Amino acid sequence: MIKTEEMVLNMGPQHPSTHGVLRLELELEGELVLSAKPHIGYLHRCFEKHCEAMSYPQVVPYTDRMDYLASMSNNFGYAVAVERLMDIKVNERVEYIRVIMAELQRMASHMVALATYGVDLGAFTPFLFLFAEREKILTLFEETCGARLLYNYIWVGGLSHDIHPDFVRKTKQFVSEFKPKIDELNNLLSYNKIFVERTANIGVLPAEVAINYGITGPNLRASGVKWDLRKNDPYSIYDRFDFDIPVGHGKYGTTGDSWDRYYIRVLEIEQSIKIIEQAIDNIPEGDVHEAVPKRVKPPKGSIYSRVENPKGELGYFIISDGSVNPFRVKVRAPSFVNMEVFNELCKGHFVADVITILGSIDVVLGEIDR
Amino acid sequence: MTLEEILQILKDKFPQDEFTLENELPVDHYILVDPIKLPVYCEFLRDEESLLFDSLMNLSGVDDNNAVKVKDEEGNVHLEGRTLSVYYHLHSMKLNHKVALKVSVPIEKPEVESVESIWKCADWHEREAYDMLGLIFLNHPNLTRILMPYDWEDGSYPLRKDFETPEFYNGMKIPY
Repeated sequence: MIKTEEMVLNMGPQHPSTHGVLRLELELEGELVLSAKPHIGYLHRCFEKHCEAMSYPQVVPYTDRMDYLASMSNNFGYAVAVERLMDIKVNERVEYIRVIMAELQRMASHMVALATYGVDLGAFTPFLFLFAEREKILTLFEETCGARLLYNYIWVGGLSHDIHPDFVRKTKQFVSEFKPKIDELNNLLSYNKIFVERTANIGVLPAEVAINYGITGPNLRASGVKWDLRKNDPYSIYDRFDFDIPVGHGKYGTTGDSWDRYYIRVLEIEQSIKIIEQAIDNIPEGDVHEAVPKRVKPPKGSIYSRVENPKGELGYFIISDGSVNPFRVKVRAPSFVNMEVFNELCKGHFVADVITILGSIDVVLGEIDR
Repeated sequence: MTLEEILQILKDKFPQDEFTLENELPVDHYILVDPIKLPVYCEFLRDEESLLFDSLMNLSGVDDNNAVKVKDEEGNVHLEGRTLSVYYHLHSMKLNHKVALKVSVPIEKPEVESVESIWKCADWHEREAYDMLGLIFLNHPNLTRILMPYDWEDGSYPLRKDFETPEFYNGMKIPY
């Protein structure tokens, strides 16, 4: 009889498919994974401690560096939290531009998720295909605020710059050109037989488990839960737009498997396009600096405010002691919470499936470690 | 359901226990509860049919830095009464309502019961609070450092207000 021995395998911290510096301690029996323990903290720079030494507006560039693939959305969440704390109302123009930026950012973030997922599983063409498209979004951002990744664009009470006169035309052009490419992507990767075989029925996450683990965003929706903060706990002006919340149905396997988590992001890109199309023609006139306070000094008190980031629920817990510096800022980073369930998903799968599952959760280590 | 109604349900269910409503400051309000009996309340909040708080949105530790100067009999002034707090933001996905709980513990003995068995997502949040503030979560299955290195000095917690950046790390001088 052949006797197998348990083995501990370290995957990472320097491993191309760990999407950053993440170390996984895998306990193996042959090819079978008994447990997968993530070790995090390699990118830790104590964002929360920095915040306590900064004034409120100075925190905004730090939020950029958490989920560096969705900096706009991070800025957005922080601005919304401080505005709620100070009871600031921003004008319509600011709201519309914010929503358009956040949705463009969601598309860009999902594109990276889909592209790198393809690479993880050995499909290189979708990567080049999607990165070329993402580049166009980054160019739009660059023309607006000068930065390609870390924008510092959405400020407390307003925006750093107004959009340039050509922005509306260029965004519309991009959206109309991009729309037919989703079908192309689906034919290239989503319905590809090899891809489906690798992802269907892998890492199934039941809805009850997902809720108990606090999973949010596309990962929760892939498990069949119709939950989106843009609809269920609305902020900004999302209640004005008509869009659907796509959920996973287990088309090729079980609801909540890796393929569902992948495909939900494709569907969400379509919904983001729908929102942008509704918003882009209706941007009212106004001054984007109108409500920016000269001195951000919230009253004593605290707030927990959350927004729907591309990765899930991004929450800011801010305590103000009435001074110009926050007393405490705690960030509930979506990737941090989504990563907790990883061990549960990997149990009983093969080593190659660990890569599949990690890619399908779509984590950003900058946000996990903060 | 509003915070007051939820507080009333808790008071009716646990008549002998003390619940304090902290609502003097604007924006968010909290129910202050006992740190040792916390899991009992949390389990009730999760399972009670009219409440169903099935998700823990956020768990954050805070150094209140609220020590006051006290003069003893010999006239020496020393600081006393500093507390650490933990905030629990709960949300019900089925009924779409929210509540926030708060516990406060003295910094000399910062012990709170873990809620990991009730909401699994509390696991890493509690480890982070331990790592950053030195809060001890009783009955937590694996209370180790999570963001700081595993060999970080014992008793050194970065998010405490009196934290000083160490001069050396593992014998290496930190240049800034």
